[in-house]
Amino acid sequence: MIFFLEQLLNGLQYGAMLFMLASGLTLIFGIMGVINLTHGSFYMVGAYGAAVVTAATGSVVLGAVAALAGAALYGTAVEIAVVRRLYGRDHLYQVLATFGLILFSNEAMALLAGRQPRFLEIPPLLSGSVHLLPGLDYPVIRLAFIAVGAAVAIGLWLLVNHTRLGMLIRAGADDREMVDALGVDIRRLYTIVFALGAVLCGIAGVMAAPLLAVEIGMGERILIAGFVVIVVGGVGSVRGALAGALLIGLVDGLGRAYLPQIIQSLLPPSIADTLAAGLVSASIYVIMALVLLVRPLGLFPVRS
Amino acid sequence: MTDARRPILFTLGVFAVLALLPAVFALTGWTSGMGLATRIVIYAIAVVALDLIIGYGAMVSFGHAMFFGVGGYVVAIVAHHTGLGELPFGGTNAAFIVWPLAILACAALGLVVGWLALKTTGVQFIMITLAFAQMVFFLLISVQVYGGDDGMMIDRRNTLPFVDIGRPLIFYYLCLLLLAVWLGFCRMFVNSRFGLVLQALRQSERRAVNLGIAPLSFRLATFVTSAMGTGLAGVLWANYARFVSPDMAAWTKSGEFMAMVVLGGLGTLTGPIVGAAAFVGLEELLSMWTEHWMIVMGPLLVIVALFRRRGLVGSLLGGDRAH
Repeated sequence: MIFFLEQLLNGLQYGAMLFMLASGLTLIFGIMGVINLTHGSFYMVGAYGAAVVTAATGSVVLGAVAALAGAALYGTAVEIAVVRRLYGRDHLYQVLATFGLILFSNEAMALLAGRQPRFLEIPPLLSGSVHLLPGLDYPVIRLAFIAVGAAVAIGLWLLVNHTRLGMLIRAGADDREMVDALGVDIRRLYTIVFALGAVLCGIAGVMAAPLLAVEIGMGERILIAGFVVIVVGGVGSVRGALAGALLIGLVDGLGRAYLPQIIQSLLPPSIADTLAAGLVSASIYVIMALVLLVRPLGLFPVRS
Repeated sequence: MTDARRPILFTLGVFAVLALLPAVFALTGWTSGMGLATRIVIYAIAVVALDLIIGYGAMVSFGHAMFFGVGGYVVAIVAHHTGLGELPFGGTNAAFIVWPLAILACAALGLVVGWLALKTTGVQFIMITLAFAQMVFFLLISVQVYGGDDGMMIDRRNTLPFVDIGRPLIFYYLCLLLLAVWLGFCRMFVNSRFGLVLQALRQSERRAVNLGIAPLSFRLATFVTSAMGTGLAGVLWANYARFVSPDMAAWTKSGEFMAMVVLGGLGTLTGPIVGAAAFVGLEELLSMWTEHWMIVMGPLLVIVALFRRRGLVGSLLGGDRAH
């Protein structure tokens, strides 16, 4: 039971990370109709920003600020230079252009920061673990991760549903021309939404930096999982992104915990270990395929 | 020169250049050229297959590398078990048996994936094909018996009667011949009644359906055909490199295939051959100059996607209208 709860929390933590990526992805797709493969690069920029600046200055706060600023700047630059020209184009060209941007981002980061993976120590405030239940001690940083994810979800809900910007975002998703005709600068709105998505990625990157190795290519691993999330949840729906992120996070977390045990009881250990690892990684794609077969537009389809 | 003849002449020109490449390499003494040319021709087979479904069927598959990987792995797996003497009749190394087997495996995989994926369209189709490719990728990584992460070496190439494809020159011309046959087949395919229906579906699905066409069977048959062509490329790759690894099925490989198609000219069949040559050639050229070749390749792809929608030679071939 304790073990199950621990894995549940791990799943929630992964889900929180996925949500921060997927919410931006789904907003960008829902509002601008762009498949943005570059999204993972913003996450990488965030993680590197945190790792490099914290190592240089010794201040975690400065590291986090630099990471978010870096992600926002890079996001804005990408939108203005490339993505802006992709609105209304066939998905094929969006995939190709943003694929090219991934190659560029990874290589540019390798030039700037080197290919050696970097590691960031958990800041003192968030290190250690708390006693949640008898027999269950859980790392503070992972709990903080879940809390940040929840805060982002609530903040995003407030932003989209209860602010003027959110109103414009919803209106822009429904009818671009009408919003434009009413005197709203739709291009600027798109840039803002894109940068917002990049900042959300940056937050995920900062939070992930102490937990994972900060390295080239880290963005793509999470990016593809993020796409699984938004397709499962329903492309364009923030609510769907939340549901999808939790589902995928839990499937991954519980699969990682229980699948190896199941397979080890069936097969000799020499085969079982790697097979289990592979099957866990594949499991989220199985979930996605199953969901799409039953509901081709995802769990929370956006009406159009 | 009439417009109708131009694509034919261009295609003949491309093949003439490819056929003469070994002579050029021999004269200039550029020894690594043969490997480069062989890689180009093998990739060309895969991207012509991809153009068949993207350019003519409007099915944007972001997971075609899975067929490339599976085709290669079937060759390696048969060789592995034959080497261990575990197969009935002592196993086989004959291309006439192994290659069709690999292509059939890809057809079976394509049938399942295509049938499931074609329940969706648009961005969901892109993502579900990617998802299936990822499943294949992680499966290949996790099967330790077949090398897992490290991939598998293959002791020697498959054998054909009368010719020794162990020799680089003969292997190259075999690949080139297969490319020509495959291209000819695809050309016939898209110009047949079947292919015209497919293109009608791409232009306006609603109109075609109202004319009494059931879209799924046409699209699925094309998807499977394309999977088989990509599988053939995987088979040839395994024979060329005598090595297979999960990277053959990685999503970046799918992205590269897609890039080659668009780079050459979507919906032209011949264009993607030029695209493959440009991509692989550029990669070779840039990596001679710097290990950070992707910093140039990335922006180039962006520029092609943004400004040259018809690719390098698409307008020459009167190819696909910009989407």
